[in-house]
Amino acid sequence: MILPQHELEDGRKQVQRMTAILEIHDLHVSYRSSGSELSPALKGVSFRLMPGEIMGVLGESGSGKSTLAGSLVRLLPGNALVTGGTVQFEGKDLLQANPDELQAIRGRHISLIFQEPSLALHPTIRVGEQVRQVLAAHGSRGKRTLNERTRQIFAEIFPEETDRISRSYPHQLSGGQRQRVLIAQAIACGPSVVVADEPTASLDPTTQMEILGVFRRLRERLGLAMIFITHNPALLSDFADHVLVLYAGEVAECGPAESVLGLPRHPYTKALFQSIPAVSGKPGTGRKAKLPVILGDSSRSSLPIRGCCFEPRCTERMEICKEREPSPANLSVSHTVSCFKYES
Amino acid sequence: MKVEATATGKNVHPLLKVENLVKRYTKRSLAGTPEELLALDSVSFTISPGTTLAVVGESGSGKSTLANCLACLESPTSGNIWFEGKDIVKLEERACRQVRRQIQLIFQDPASSLNPRWSAFEVLVEPLILQRKFNREEIKKRVNYWLGRVGLSQDIVGRSPMELSGGQRQRLAIARALTLEPKLLILDEALSALDCSVQAQIANLLMELQSSLGMTYLFITHDLAMAAHFADEIAVMDRGRIVEQGPPNKIFIQPEQETTRRLLAAVPRIGRGDQSALER
Repeated sequence: MILPQHELEDGRKQVQRMTAILEIHDLHVSYRSSGSELSPALKGVSFRLMPGEIMGVLGESGSGKSTLAGSLVRLLPGNALVTGGTVQFEGKDLLQANPDELQAIRGRHISLIFQEPSLALHPTIRVGEQVRQVLAAHGSRGKRTLNERTRQIFAEIFPEETDRISRSYPHQLSGGQRQRVLIAQAIACGPSVVVADEPTASLDPTTQMEILGVFRRLRERLGLAMIFITHNPALLSDFADHVLVLYAGEVAECGPAESVLGLPRHPYTKALFQSIPAVSGKPGTGRKAKLPVILGDSSRSSLPIRGCCFEPRCTERMEICKEREPSPANLSVSHTVSCFKYES
Repeated sequence: MKVEATATGKNVHPLLKVENLVKRYTKRSLAGTPEELLALDSVSFTISPGTTLAVVGESGSGKSTLANCLACLESPTSGNIWFEGKDIVKLEERACRQVRRQIQLIFQDPASSLNPRWSAFEVLVEPLILQRKFNREEIKKRVNYWLGRVGLSQDIVGRSPMELSGGQRQRLAIARALTLEPKLLILDEALSALDCSVQAQIANLLMELQSSLGMTYLFITHDLAMAAHFADEIAVMDRGRIVEQGPPNKIFIQPEQETTRRLLAAVPRIGRGDQSALER
């Protein structure tokens, strides 16, 4: 894969490339629907994940965020087709790796956490045993070491009631506790990257905060890098280091969390944040007022054939937006926006 | 503790008045004594016509049990539910059916509450057919009217709900609930499963329907920000009880209960540094 010229010239990026733990470059994934028609889900996604970094991936349904999670460890549905790009992990392209190599990487180096903890756990096996099985599957030797290690992991995730919880069945635990068991499984083999696909979507806000707290602590203690996929931008403030905004399979905006969340630049990101009611203690501030909405939808049929994919719904559209696609423009060293407004 | 308060309209007859509602579930285990679970612990409140009461609380606080009792899907252990002056708890099945028409429920996930084998049209006409009051012409007229009202185009009627987007599906669910012209709409986490931008669209639609048709809503949610935007009153539930109730401003500025403070602390905010909520 030949890199675009401007990236090669950028010395800083060269340095980053050497230290990034995971590097996704120009990833294209399509789904084969009925017949031989291909519908694209990811159209040229690129980003880098540094060791110990939390990357928040923000996108609505259909934006390709779960496809992104799946393609990192090659766990995509059968009708998915990676049509281009590379996923470099520690210098190896995962998209070219053979099944044995992949199996060794999944769980051990890169692990996945899914949205629905009640579906991901076996209902009739005690949760402690389920974590132990993950360890056993990745070749930790000896019953004694296995049990000892399982206990350590549980103590890490559940500082209180460690033993009671590890002896419980999934149905005896609350949603938040079950999600923690999944986290325990994910970190069991000491991976360097955890990919979490909407891990808090089915939980209530207080439990969501708790789970985010667990992730934060693990990052500090174990130096985990994380890709945290969500549709809720509010979860990412005070949590993610970087935020990547996906729209219709393309990166709309990517940059440090405080600048993307605090001062969003892409018209889509701006409109998205405005549509969320603000929490304010001030009396009578716009209560029952109409919330600003993004008109239209992002379904495949309403995407334009050429030009910027957000153009039909954009309030700041210009003539050029209909003609060709914008390429990522650098606002600062690490903040890029795919919009003609910022192209020089 | 009982908290009784009326929503903003002062001298209006309440549309719904709930008094000391109790729902007790008995959990039977294979061995040992049956365990009792108090899902609702003397809940009382009133809703005036044309207003919104938001019920917020953590999971397991009894919000959905409350919704089910009000919609006559569960019968409460004790207590009264007065709907337009009639106690619907004591009604027999036939009379109950008349009341159910007036109280419609909208669920969290329209993907699982709409029959995937039916077309959107079949989904919409079912309640009208079940009422056995309308002829074919009237049914068609009503369906078309409500489709337009919720912002769906006529050409989706032939499609299955699964072919629609999340927002379209929730609009369809709202249209179906409204075909019978109910007085009270119970929104059980009706926005939670939707994307942020779609949430705003549906919230706007619900607010527009309220101001034009005078709809009354019971809005069950764990999203305090949306509750504050949407509702005239907020009731905070914890372990089957309403622990605090009042207008959004009061709940946000002077929360009295620990539960409320905890819920407030967990409201995620964009772009504002609020570390305290995470570090626990």
